[in-house]
Amino acid sequence: MSALLKVDKLGKHFGGFVALEAIDLDVTPGERVGLIGPNGSGKSTLVNCIAGALRNDSGSVHFDGRRLDGLPAHTRTRMGLARSFQLPKPFRSMTVAENLHVPALYTVNARHGQHLSHAQIDARVEEVLTQVGLHEKARRRPRDLTQIEMRKLELARAMTAAPKLLIADEAMAGLSHSEVDDILALLMQLNAQGITVIMIEHIMRAVTSFSQRLVVLVAGRKIADGAPDDVVRNPEVVKAYIGE
Amino acid sequence: MPYIPTRYFCLIAALVTLAIAVSARFATNDYFFFAGYVVLQYVVMATAWNILGGYTGYVNFGTAGFFAIGAYSAVVMHKLFEPPLVVSIAVGGVMSGLVGLGMGYLTLRLRGVFFAIATLALAIVLQTLITNWDFVGGSRGVYIIRPANGPFGHPYIQYLFLTMLVLSTIAVCIARAIEHSKLGYGLATIRDDELAAEAAGVPTLKLKLIATVLSGALMGMAGAPLPYYVTYLDPSSGFNLAFAVNSIAMPLIGGTSSWLGPVIGALLLATIQQIATVTISSALNLLIVGVIMVGFVVAAPNGIVGLFERGVRARRRPAKKEAA
Ligand SMILES: Nc1ncnc2c1ncn2[C@@H]1O[C@H](COP(=O)(O)OP(=O)(O)OP(=O)(O)O)[C@@H](O)[C@H]1O
Ligand SMILES: [Mg+2]
Repeated sequence: MSALLKVDKLGKHFGGFVALEAIDLDVTPGERVGLIGPNGSGKSTLVNCIAGALRNDSGSVHFDGRRLDGLPAHTRTRMGLARSFQLPKPFRSMTVAENLHVPALYTVNARHGQHLSHAQIDARVEEVLTQVGLHEKARRRPRDLTQIEMRKLELARAMTAAPKLLIADEAMAGLSHSEVDDILALLMQLNAQGITVIMIEHIMRAVTSFSQRLVVLVAGRKIADGAPDDVVRNPEVVKAYIGE
Repeated sequence: MPYIPTRYFCLIAALVTLAIAVSARFATNDYFFFAGYVVLQYVVMATAWNILGGYTGYVNFGTAGFFAIGAYSAVVMHKLFEPPLVVSIAVGGVMSGLVGLGMGYLTLRLRGVFFAIATLALAIVLQTLITNWDFVGGSRGVYIIRPANGPFGHPYIQYLFLTMLVLSTIAVCIARAIEHSKLGYGLATIRDDELAAEAAGVPTLKLKLIATVLSGALMGMAGAPLPYYVTYLDPSSGFNLAFAVNSIAMPLIGGTSSWLGPVIGALLLATIQQIATVTISSALNLLIVGVIMVGFVVAAPNGIVGLFERGVRARRRPAKKEAA
């Protein structure tokens, strides 16, 4: 099957600092991929380049058969590529429910052949809020949320965009054991519905149980890519993690 | 407050406008119209500023530039055709809207204070151009002969007053319609976080351009009747600092989160200034604005509307606790 996401020789530098170097990554439709690596290894930068928040300096990104380079982030979201931010970025002047109205109005309703009515949007928002366990906070503002609820809101907003590919950048940091399990179950459920998922995570238990494939970044380079069991035994990976 | 659909809101606004227009017929003193014109002009300016500054979060320091483009468009129109005032207003709006579009393309990638400085620079460039354009009077200024009567027969100043009244109603209706629309949501996401807005599918550049064009066009429309009001216009009065300061101060004092704030701020500040001009001196106007603004920034950063909302919430909360 042809790749849903194809990253080819992608490079990104900040001034003289090379953040990413010649990254290749293929993700097939329906796959669950875990992206791991020590702090500062370039995971979020890669997500930003894929999603269009940053421009890559070299190489290319293809999604769903289309070249993304140069396209603004909102176009990519509308094509079906949704991401959550590692540091939550809620719309602070809006309620939690209104936060989710935005992708419904601007992403789902901007796609061809789709137009949700107000009632349908409300229902969809309600459904997503229930899935992430935020329905009781629907009318609260982000400042009333805990850090953990803020992460859930981040994930919920990406989910509301009804994506083909969901990139969750450390959606589980700081969550308790059972909350991690809840989010894992949720991502599994989304995946079962056909959504491809890339999960970035430091919690090894979560990534290894979730991922069908693990990709490891160290200092801006991809050093491993394969079945989780093989990757965690890879000497280079072990060295990178123990050397940390 | 119960939600009122936009079309009813505009109907109510039209009725209020009509009521003011009818009761103004009983005013015996022309001074009422001269003062009222200025107050209403600031309702338009503050409302227009707030579409970009309040809803979208981009602070425009160049309001005087947009306002003056409207005024000078009317001067050009007057010299060429002497068209009806509405035509000059339309042309002034289009010209300012176009400048807004150009400014948007050049500057909207700048954030925060850099954007504000760029808008200020734009106003200065425009002023320099006008000062060196002889057709509109250059630095000497230009005299415009105000017709004695408006098209309906009453004195021209009454006609100007009514025109500004209608313009302010239109501006407020536009602002209010935006607030409760998809566009309003989109602008708010830009103010809150642009990266997150893009990630949620909001075409931020396009929406920012819409906001600058709308805001600029309304300012130009507010400026177009000015030559007929002052009858002598020169660059330093057209580009007066007071326009920029007032159009920023009024929304900030009234509150930037809804249409009501700029209206309250404009009515309050412009009225105080009109009274001060008569009773003390117009030289004090900017000082008054400055003092009031500092007071609000310190004591009520969300403006008068914010103060009121806080009061309502504070009164509701204890009641809820008792019920529980
Ligand atoms: N906008 C930027 N300007 C300059 N340097 C940056 C910028 N963004 C990231 N970097 C640097 O690039 C490197 C990679 O950062 P990135 O956030 O992608 O790492 P990460 O793998 O996501 O780390 P973490 O696990 O801590 O989230 C870091 O050294 C960081 O300091
Ligand atoms: Mg990161």
